[in-house]
Amino acid sequence: MMTTTATPLPPLASVYRSRVSVELKEFFRQRESVVFTLLLPVLLLVVFGAVLDFDLGDGVSFTQYFMAGIIAAGILGASLQNMAINIATERSDGTLKHLAGTPMPRSAYFVGKIAQVLAVTLASVVVLLLIGVVFYGVDLPSGADWLTFAWVTVLGAAACTLLGIAISSIAKNGRSASATVTPFALLLQFISGVFFQFSEIPTWMQTFASIFPLKWMAQGLRSVFLPDALAADEPAGSWELGRVALVLGIWCVLGLVLCVRTFRWQDR
Amino acid sequence: MADRQRPGDPLDPDAAISVRGLVKRYGDFTAVDGLDLDIRRGEIFALLGPNGAGKTTTVEICEGYRARDAGEVRVLGEDPADGTRAWKARLGIVLQSGSGDSQLTVRELVSAQASYYADPRDVDEVLALVGLTEKAGVRGRSLSGGQRRRLDVALGIVGRPTLLFLDEPTTGFDPEARRQFWSLIRSLRELGTTMLLTTHYLDEAEALADRVGVIAGGRLVEVAVPSALGGRETAPAVVSWSEGGARRSEATATPTAFVAGLAARFPGEVPDLAVARPTLEDVYLQMIGDAR
Repeated sequence: MMTTTATPLPPLASVYRSRVSVELKEFFRQRESVVFTLLLPVLLLVVFGAVLDFDLGDGVSFTQYFMAGIIAAGILGASLQNMAINIATERSDGTLKHLAGTPMPRSAYFVGKIAQVLAVTLASVVVLLLIGVVFYGVDLPSGADWLTFAWVTVLGAAACTLLGIAISSIAKNGRSASATVTPFALLLQFISGVFFQFSEIPTWMQTFASIFPLKWMAQGLRSVFLPDALAADEPAGSWELGRVALVLGIWCVLGLVLCVRTFRWQDR
Repeated sequence: MADRQRPGDPLDPDAAISVRGLVKRYGDFTAVDGLDLDIRRGEIFALLGPNGAGKTTTVEICEGYRARDAGEVRVLGEDPADGTRAWKARLGIVLQSGSGDSQLTVRELVSAQASYYADPRDVDEVLALVGLTEKAGVRGRSLSGGQRRRLDVALGIVGRPTLLFLDEPTTGFDPEARRQFWSLIRSLRELGTTMLLTTHYLDEAEALADRVGVIAGGRLVEVAVPSALGGRETAPAVVSWSEGGARRSEATATPTAFVAGLAARFPGEVPDLAVARPTLEDVYLQMIGDAR
């Protein structure tokens, strides 16, 4: 007779640990992803920091402004771009299908991805800050600004991670995901106040950029890196931190709904 | 021969896999069209059939990857459509598409896979079994095609499966790698693993399988031990020899008597004497031809 005794399963925590370790190794051992995701923002910081160090008023240099933008772009790369390309690749090469055939709890896959995004985000932020402070005299935030820094980073990364996972389901494979997401991310960076001051951009572009998370992440981070006097230069005349939290929160909810509705463990 | 299931038969509760009246459609195309199948515990069952006959669809329904449109399926006593984790813990799956590219080493990959199970096999033991001990420190993506396939098998067996699915495991192997793979499969059989193997290679089915099933047009057209498939063991034998400078041959149900007659006619050895039964390939091609 068929034995029907329940097969034991390993504790959830140990599977989570195992997946986190897999995801960290997969990212940091792949030269392309490390260069693309971590070093590209660093390179941009080095170049822009050296070239565009003009004064914004109040003795604040553009580098200080750019610091906020490039960190926001770094978070975007670590979360949205990374997840869209990485998961599309794993779906087309059979990794996801293989995992779906094992008793691994499905939550463990996402726990691993979240850990990867957090680790890459942290690495990106730390490296950018270090270079900014050491080579370009960027002033570190102080006091309550650190708290704002933390929640904007975490909320922004969460929204972009969910959005990235959702985008991965549209792409045929990693290469096509990269071909779609990379130019779009670059476009957003140009119009969201990363490379240029947001207030200098035509209004209709500002409106378009305001739909997406990057503009709000950059704006939230400017409140961290710039003196409050410069809030007057923002189109709204203030940092609008409440609205930053609201828009990023809405993107989290929307991204989650899209993920739940579109996520597939195998190619069609 | 009496091993064929019929639509009316009840599901076999003792079988590793029991399928009745399975139907799967993709739009207007019926990929599986009323398939019945039982796979016994402990046996190696080879599923043969041309591309598009419904092999992979059938296997993927049993593995829990695809939903069926009609019919009953029990795999290790459970409906794959439920696909509980405890049920998956008793399966090993080696997909046609493999398990992906990885930056992890062979040992790390097998260890990660082992972490999904409560009582996995020892990782080094598994690496030795599939012959990857020397490649333990090499990254998954740097392996050759044959080594990758062995890694896929390692991932499939590290969880100590009761039932192992092998979907075209040796496609792209050179002859030596296939022989090595066959001995791996035989040692797994000795460990008591039930295996469902799909393959294009008839010699592989003949070498490994306890029973062979032929799928054509979405149905199982025959199930038999390899030597009896298509009435092979009782089919007329063809005796051929050379006589008067020409090649002669005769199909006969009594080859022994015929050869004795020949021996009486020739003074010594019968020139170029050969007795042949239809090969597995002959009967297979005949069968899938008939079903079309």
